[in-house]
Amino acid sequence: MKTTNILLVGVGGQGTILASKILSSGLLEFGYDVKMAEIHGMSQRGGSVSTQVRFGKKIHSPVLEEGKVDVIISFEKMETYRWIKFLKEDGIVVMNTYEIPSAPILSGNKKYPDGIIEELSKRLEKFVFYDALDEAVKLGNFKVLNTIMLGSLIKGMNLDGIDWDEIIKNNVKEKFIDINIKAFNRGFELYDNKLKGGK
Amino acid sequence: MKKLLTGNEAIARGAYEYGISYASAYPGTPSTEILENIANYSEDIIAEWAPNEKVALEAVIGASYAGARVIASMKHVGLNVAADPLMTFSFTGVNGGAVIISADEPGMHSSQNEQDNRYYAKFGKLPMLEPSDSAECKDMIGYALDISEEYDTPVMIRMTTRVCHSKSIVNFGERKSVKIKEYVKNERKNISIPSYARLMHVKVDNALKELEKISNDSSLNYCEYYNKKIGIISAGAAYEYAKEVFEENASYLKIGFTNPLPIEKIRKFADEVDQLYVIEELEPFMEEQIKADGIKCIGKEIVPRLGELSPTILRKVFFEKIDNSNTFNDIEIPMRPPTLCSGCPHRGFFYALKKRSDIMVTGDIGCYGLGAIAPLNAVDTILCMGASVSMGHGAQKVFTKFGISKRTVAVLGDSTFFHTGINSLIDVVYNKSKVVTCILDNRITGMTGHQENPGTGYTLDGSSTNIISIEDVCKAIGVKHIEVVNPLDLTATEEAVNRALDYNEAAVIITRWPCALKKYSTEDIKEFGLIKDSCQVDEEKCIGCRKCIGTGCPSLEFNSEIKKVKIDPNTCVGCEVCMQTCPVSAIRKVVK
Repeated sequence: MKTTNILLVGVGGQGTILASKILSSGLLEFGYDVKMAEIHGMSQRGGSVSTQVRFGKKIHSPVLEEGKVDVIISFEKMETYRWIKFLKEDGIVVMNTYEIPSAPILSGNKKYPDGIIEELSKRLEKFVFYDALDEAVKLGNFKVLNTIMLGSLIKGMNLDGIDWDEIIKNNVKEKFIDINIKAFNRGFELYDNKLKGGK
Repeated sequence: MKKLLTGNEAIARGAYEYGISYASAYPGTPSTEILENIANYSEDIIAEWAPNEKVALEAVIGASYAGARVIASMKHVGLNVAADPLMTFSFTGVNGGAVIISADEPGMHSSQNEQDNRYYAKFGKLPMLEPSDSAECKDMIGYALDISEEYDTPVMIRMTTRVCHSKSIVNFGERKSVKIKEYVKNERKNISIPSYARLMHVKVDNALKELEKISNDSSLNYCEYYNKKIGIISAGAAYEYAKEVFEENASYLKIGFTNPLPIEKIRKFADEVDQLYVIEELEPFMEEQIKADGIKCIGKEIVPRLGELSPTILRKVFFEKIDNSNTFNDIEIPMRPPTLCSGCPHRGFFYALKKRSDIMVTGDIGCYGLGAIAPLNAVDTILCMGASVSMGHGAQKVFTKFGISKRTVAVLGDSTFFHTGINSLIDVVYNKSKVVTCILDNRITGMTGHQENPGTGYTLDGSSTNIISIEDVCKAIGVKHIEVVNPLDLTATEEAVNRALDYNEAAVIITRWPCALKKYSTEDIKEFGLIKDSCQVDEEKCIGCRKCIGTGCPSLEFNSEIKKVKIDPNTCVGCEVCMQTCPVSAIRKVVK
């Protein structure tokens, strides 16, 4: 079987690493060889964060290559475009439209970039975007935006043969299990709803 | 059972399974999580944060002499600090097996330099192993301990960020029961005075010859034959990248035992392939030795010597073809540089410090390094842990001698003060210079993600311990002018800086406020209380002067269209620093 590459990008503190952890442990349970790479360090202080998950029969490099990513799941709009050259031609993008301005934007020296949704809509066959923070707030906890987006990713990749409820149970604190499962299922729905509406 | 572990978690698991009983470290990216994970096995392993890497290694050496299997872990620059005991530890050897982890950082994601610590193994005459993934990290701990005890030498394991921080599958085993070895007084082995050390050197040199044979026979160095037109010698993360890019279009000699190199095995492999490449990260450590042996190979002529390798780089180097058919229109994406957090106590300090333009500020390693970048730009130098104070001292001496009125202000954190800042402050007082040393005590080791230190009152396993008072230490060293201020109070901080600069001897300012991301301990709550408010801008009053934006707080956004500032209520923690900068009192406090 061929190797699948997933790139999760966002901003420090958004839960990218937890989402990657749930994803990778599910893939491991399913019997794939899995490797995951993350960048730590200063990213905790408002920097850009990325994790890379690769799975298949036998994985060598934990680091993936430009133009070879099957799915980009992006927790912040501008970060999507920063990483877009990694996407392969018929790749999927699932994007949170919520904007987190970076330091040069906050200080008024740069503008938050325009036209990202338009450009991606034009170019991509499979592009799903929604305000994941808003969806998470509706569910009652803004932090579960990462699980909502993970749900969309799993749906988009047809990985629903895995018992994700069980995996979530094993990876989040007990009092947050229910809301995370709800969030995961909401992500499933959103993928279908939004994909139909889009191109 | 199999699990996905990072390389660091796998090292910790290896320490557990192979009977290690004592571990010590100072936190540093990318090595920090090794000890944090060893601490999970506290029933079997004593795990401690040491004030610095030299202390960590020396504690581990003592524990090895006492008969236990031991491990010390540190980042690449940490090994520089521990280099002194390391070089002699290789002479004396061990009692219980000893492993030293060096976590190198090609690419410098969060380090001050890029150095290849494989040379330390050669320099110190230590056997060295280099894992490529998490399973190897775990297994190599066992292998290293066996070698260590059999050949009476500490063993170095060299990892890199990609090995430390990427996850792959590890199979779990049981903990081996390892009996502590008997301690026997042996001056010819454990006392490194010249007459004994000369004999030790002979012993080390002979062991190294033996170890080269072991390296040649070792299963950690193995060949994989596919297409023999191309042969690749590689190690660590680079081996995985090479396999990704060349697949079965090349044959491989994977080196896991990198010092001494298995030169016979390499010669044999070289004979079997048409064209030999050496693919390694950073320096030509293997390549130079291979070439020195007269074996023809290509390495750094084409493979980059600086920075982290990746499959993308190797593909560009060897095939000049990148499979990126997706072309998107250019949209300028602004940078997302790291910043001091909302409510970070260092922000107030730097903002106040910047009022003085007549000073040279010598900075240090930690979050406060971010005070060096825009918009604060309040730091002149950053070199290595603890260097702020001693550099400030040297500079001040020169300024004073040549009649230059410039004063030096040294800035370092609480953990950095305990690391090596103390020694530097002793230098300042002993050699009588008037450096103003500012110790930014945020009650935790912030940059590496909140490790306890001697000032916090807690140990690695979370149990409470003595709080070492920075103020009392400074007093004991002989500093007479010491002030403790709340850095969120700009006026008080500014006045403290002015008073210290007016004082004509060594002075210390301790700014004391917890890291904004820190979970408050009971002592913290008692001392600082909990802020439950946030700040808000009155748009009617805001004149768009951007004074508050100058603090660099990520909760503040300047809207260029209406020329007003907005504060994000979700991220603001109500520290009030921006409030104090506003000339028209347009920022007020609201209850969250």
